[in-house]
Amino acid sequence: MNRGVAITGMGIISSIGNTVEENYNSLVQGKHGISRVSAVKTRHRDTIKVGEIPFSNDALVRQLNLPESNNYTRTALLGVIAAKQAVIAANIADKIDRRTGLISATSVGGMDKTEQYFYEYLTDKKNQKYIEGHHAGDSAQRIAEQLGITEFVTTISTACSSSANAIMLGARLIKAGKLDRVVVGGSDCLSKFTINGFNSLMILSDTDCAPFDENRKGLNLGEAAAFLVLESDEMVALNDKKILAYVSGYGNTNDAFHQTASSENGDGATLAMQKALQVSGLRPEEIDYINAHGTATANNDLSESKAIRRVFANAIPDLSSTKAFTGHTLAAAAAIEAVYSVLALRHDVIFPNLNFKTPIEETGIIPVATVTAKKIRHVLSNSFGFGGNCSTLIFSKN
Amino acid sequence: MSHCYINSLACVSAQHTSDNTQFLDEVVVYEKNILHAIPPNYKAYITPSASRRMAKGVKMGVVASSIALKEASIDSPDAIITGTGMGCLIDSEKFLSAIIDNNEEFLTPTSFIQSTHNTVGAQVALGLKCKAYNFTYVHAAVSFESCLVDAKLMLNENDASNVLVGGIDELGEYTTKLHELIHHVKNEEVNTSKLLDSKTRGSVFGEGAAFFLLSGERCTNTYAQLKDVAIVHDLSIGSLQDRVHNFLNENKLSVNDIDAVILGNNGDVDFDDYYKELQTTIFSDTQQICYKHLCGEFNTASSFGFWVASKILKNQQVPDVLKTNTKDVKMYKNILLYNQYRGKNHSFILVSIC
Repeated sequence: MNRGVAITGMGIISSIGNTVEENYNSLVQGKHGISRVSAVKTRHRDTIKVGEIPFSNDALVRQLNLPESNNYTRTALLGVIAAKQAVIAANIADKIDRRTGLISATSVGGMDKTEQYFYEYLTDKKNQKYIEGHHAGDSAQRIAEQLGITEFVTTISTACSSSANAIMLGARLIKAGKLDRVVVGGSDCLSKFTINGFNSLMILSDTDCAPFDENRKGLNLGEAAAFLVLESDEMVALNDKKILAYVSGYGNTNDAFHQTASSENGDGATLAMQKALQVSGLRPEEIDYINAHGTATANNDLSESKAIRRVFANAIPDLSSTKAFTGHTLAAAAAIEAVYSVLALRHDVIFPNLNFKTPIEETGIIPVATVTAKKIRHVLSNSFGFGGNCSTLIFSKN
Repeated sequence: MSHCYINSLACVSAQHTSDNTQFLDEVVVYEKNILHAIPPNYKAYITPSASRRMAKGVKMGVVASSIALKEASIDSPDAIITGTGMGCLIDSEKFLSAIIDNNEEFLTPTSFIQSTHNTVGAQVALGLKCKAYNFTYVHAAVSFESCLVDAKLMLNENDASNVLVGGIDELGEYTTKLHELIHHVKNEEVNTSKLLDSKTRGSVFGEGAAFFLLSGERCTNTYAQLKDVAIVHDLSIGSLQDRVHNFLNENKLSVNDIDAVILGNNGDVDFDDYYKELQTTIFSDTQQICYKHLCGEFNTASSFGFWVASKILKNQQVPDVLKTNTKDVKMYKNILLYNQYRGKNHSFILVSIC
């Protein structure tokens, strides 16, 4: 197999914890972060459940010591918190130079502020400072400024697969020798815009989501940010770095079926998993755990199950979706699940697929429903998004 | 290192650019601060039923991608990589105002579905039934340049032979109004032929879509080759000259090897100093070319500049409307493009004849 690109640091903030350690503790204790929405003022408050981070923007601003005049959106605030953790964990805070890059991902961008002040902007001069924070590249710019990254900075938005693609691009740039270090991940906050968007598609569950369950009722939205530090072999050797895991495989395809729905047999998903296996040089039977996309919508879980059957036939590895812990955090989902995949590798544990009772009749896949200790060498993680974007990453032990 | 040839192109903009047999033969001068793209013949490329669902940006993107693929005789590319700074603004504004105006009731998902930033890339893939690699970059003024970085990387990885890249941005009426409030759009109407000399804040905003088929193999239609592209998030005016020298050195060239420099001047009195720093020093004796007085400023306007560079290298001729000085150039071999927006997201692109 190909060893891949080293991961030397991680940071995360989600509804189940403000650090990597807190997230790990919640995962192994089966403590989910799904609740009624409190901060977003929405009329759907009593009919949906979400994975919300229990800090106000003011609290996050204080944590980051930002001046009162700042114009950070919530996506930027969450992103900076996670990215700073990652850089500190990798011990590169004082090593950031011209060959250090940043690749972020978001789908919401600065929509939280835009929806708050949309019409008020015309008369409310005080809040006009947020207008230029609307675009999707804004949060990455804030992260770059906070970390001191001045060179290669970009942002990817391929809906719910966005941060998988940020990790993939980062690994490719390191492999090609274009960068020595790269901070990769994504950030998305809850917003009225996405709540109403998913609600209008009628794919939000009114209760705790149940991925891969025959009677699943839809997804819970969530908010989160996670970043990982990838470093070249030279940097690892030079600084005698501790390696958390490797990005050993990646695949990106398009389902080319429908703007929002997955094809019946998961064509794009199948191809993405096959491509990732090919890049890693691994055989399907070498995958020890699949961290599935598993959003708990009728369409995704069936289509993903069929795709997994197509790739792994009757030898499907242990599998779970962690969306019932965090909700579906959209562009951040693949990055937080990358952190969880690395934690699974490091602790030799499979995190449970909560709320599962009955297998999907058509595919019969039974996810791992309790915390399970197991020797894990390779984890495959799926992320799929609107627009047919399908991405698979593979993480491996040293 | 694999080559990266520009084998075809297509451009929809506020000028008559969608016909590849022409090169700014007829120039439209506007007396405005907002420049809307001239609609191409949508009907020739999109069915009326599909067209009704698509906002202008998606339509422009689908048409430009179709023209670029056709010109390169490629049915289905090995990768589709799009860039858009502001994404699908029209549908975003539509869905957001519906949420607010109707207090979150009576919403239909159509505009939400079409509002995601990857809509153009997705619609192009869907139209071609193309299951290949599909990425969308959304990083302000380097959204298009990020596509170029990715495409070059992909050709070097030998993972693709034909990569479709495109930059798309559409104007959203309300967002434009907001950008006027904060003086990113000029508050007065401007005669676009005088935009580059204006002494006021902001620029005129535009929109457009430009697509290119990049390939490791040249063809009879090849325009030029993309030699290198660099993205720099933050850069001081004082360090700009050094940066240009370094970028050229890395490509074994010097300032004297550059036959024309294409600059992103947009008439913003606060930020055009970046360009002037190069225009008055290392490139004072070089043919200088500007284009944003033709297409307006938008996050992927630099894709219009890339279109200009490709056309010049193939045609060996520069329309006068693009020139900001007069130099006698015998042959255009190497062109350097430099762009930034509001002092951030700088990019350097080197394009050469084959």
